[in-house]
Amino acid sequence: MSTSPTTTAPSVNGDGPLTADHQQAIHAALVSGTRPPRASALTACRMFAWRAIVKIKHVPEQLLDVTITPVLFLVMFVYLFGGAVAGSTQEYLQFLLPGILVQAVLFTTVYSGMSLNTDMTRGVVDRFRSLPVWSPAPLVGAALGDIVRYVAAATVTVVLGLILGFDAGGGLPGIVGAIGLVALFAFGLAWGFTTLGLVMRSPNAVMNTGFMGLFPLIFLSNIFVEPSTLPSALEWFVGVNPVSHLVDASRGLMYGDAVAGDILLVIAEAAVLTAIFVPLTTKLYRSRS
Amino acid sequence: MSSPLAIETEGLVKVFGDTRAVDGVDLAVPAGAVYGVLGPNGAGKTTVIKMLATLLRPDGGSARVLGHDIVRDADEVRRHISLTGQLASVDEDITGRENLYLLGRLLGYSRTQAKDRADELLHAFGLDDAATRLAKNYSGGMRRRLDIAASIVVTPELLFLDEPTTGLDPRSRNQVWEIVRALVGQGTTVLLCTQYLDEADQLAGRIAVIDHGKVIAEGTSAELKAQVAQSTLHVRLLDPDQRGEAERLLTRVLGEPAHADTDPSGVSVAVASPDKAAEAIGELAQAGLPVAGFSLGQPSLDEVFLALTGHPADAEEETVA
Repeated sequence: MSTSPTTTAPSVNGDGPLTADHQQAIHAALVSGTRPPRASALTACRMFAWRAIVKIKHVPEQLLDVTITPVLFLVMFVYLFGGAVAGSTQEYLQFLLPGILVQAVLFTTVYSGMSLNTDMTRGVVDRFRSLPVWSPAPLVGAALGDIVRYVAAATVTVVLGLILGFDAGGGLPGIVGAIGLVALFAFGLAWGFTTLGLVMRSPNAVMNTGFMGLFPLIFLSNIFVEPSTLPSALEWFVGVNPVSHLVDASRGLMYGDAVAGDILLVIAEAAVLTAIFVPLTTKLYRSRS
Repeated sequence: MSSPLAIETEGLVKVFGDTRAVDGVDLAVPAGAVYGVLGPNGAGKTTVIKMLATLLRPDGGSARVLGHDIVRDADEVRRHISLTGQLASVDEDITGRENLYLLGRLLGYSRTQAKDRADELLHAFGLDDAATRLAKNYSGGMRRRLDIAASIVVTPELLFLDEPTTGLDPRSRNQVWEIVRALVGQGTTVLLCTQYLDEADQLAGRIAVIDHGKVIAEGTSAELKAQVAQSTLHVRLLDPDQRGEAERLLTRVLGEPAHADTDPSGVSVAVASPDKAAEAIGELAQAGLPVAGFSLGQPSLDEVFLALTGHPADAEEETVA
């Protein structure tokens, strides 16, 4: 067969024609595709965060489960157990809301692992990994983009709490501070789930394993009950559970009686999670076939 | 040194568990042309591409891509290559324009430059109308075009195309071929992995045939064909009664046993070259054996593949990740 230049480029409709004009345009596009200076690591991270946010923009429904779950939990616990646990629904709401905020945000961290796992099963990761950009940028950017989820889940929870009559002694700064602290901790924890997302075979496996790990941390904490009412072994676990520390600090901020030590402890724990799981995730991501 | 080499590998090896997916591959890919890597599913083609594109570390051997070692200078390699993977390497959850914009920004364009570049490419690839649709709603052919457009946001010196037309209808496949020709016309080197023999035949200057992780043959399409089988000369005589005489003459002239076809006036004989075939036709006419028609059949690459590997090109359906 000869490979002489074809003058009769296929002219087609429907899928979008690729005519002789397109041939010329392709040639022109190739000529003008000169290499710009390398993108900075910051730009790369920002662009991957942009990607995560654009995805939410296209399918806003994906925020539904992260926002409906806390609503259900809050309403159910306050009105079903409030009277029994705290004497009145109003008192229980006051106790419970900061904890539900923590729960709502931490649940969404599992999605970080799931979405990375989903990405890995598609060809697009091969392209990202073959780009001349700072190689952890897709991971860091995605983690930054996930903060949108955290804030969405947190905002819905807090607004509903305020409507139901939560008394925020710490005012707006307290609420914002609590959301910020929870988001910071979630950022650290999410790296644990991205590590999981690179080890597991399917998004479903990530979800199942992730929630299996998360449930004990959430429920065996001080979110729902006063630890002093628990058997001593359980009380000990609740005491060392970082989720409890996060709840303590959030309560302090939202009630307006925050203790610096509580907040610093949470920041330290978030830092430890980040320090362990960021290198692990990055290493797995790079070596992934 | 004749022409500069875009890719040079020596004894490249990749092992997955007990499987030697790539088992000592030596390649010398000249710059500025399409180089075909031909083999059935599971032959190790994708693994070779992934190593060359720095996505996988080789377990043995070495490779240089555009002069840069794929392990030591991986980052430098990435600056000069583009990869269009077997699975379309586009982000299905964002639009076509957003895909190209994202890559433009990641490759260092400013906002305006990246937007302009995205629109330029969308137009060139006939995707203007689909620009704001999510890539997951594209047809297979459109997705593949977007994929290739994404690979040339910055014109690469070397483009890896891994089975670019698998699953495409003939029209889309032709479009992809046109694009590949345009790329090469502009000076880009293309490493094309394919399991389709006609695709390698159509596009590639040189072809390496890979089976079970090894290169089993290498050369131009014509060389590969010549290496395996001679052409066959089919002759139809005007007078079927002269067939016996024609058989004897052709056997004598060409030194190969001629034999009768199912067609009562047809004779076939293996022939080393078109020159010899022409000579034989001339002898027939001189001997008073008029010919109604003749044809010279080239062996297809399919036959070549069968002869080289002992099995047809599409016999194996297993895939290697």
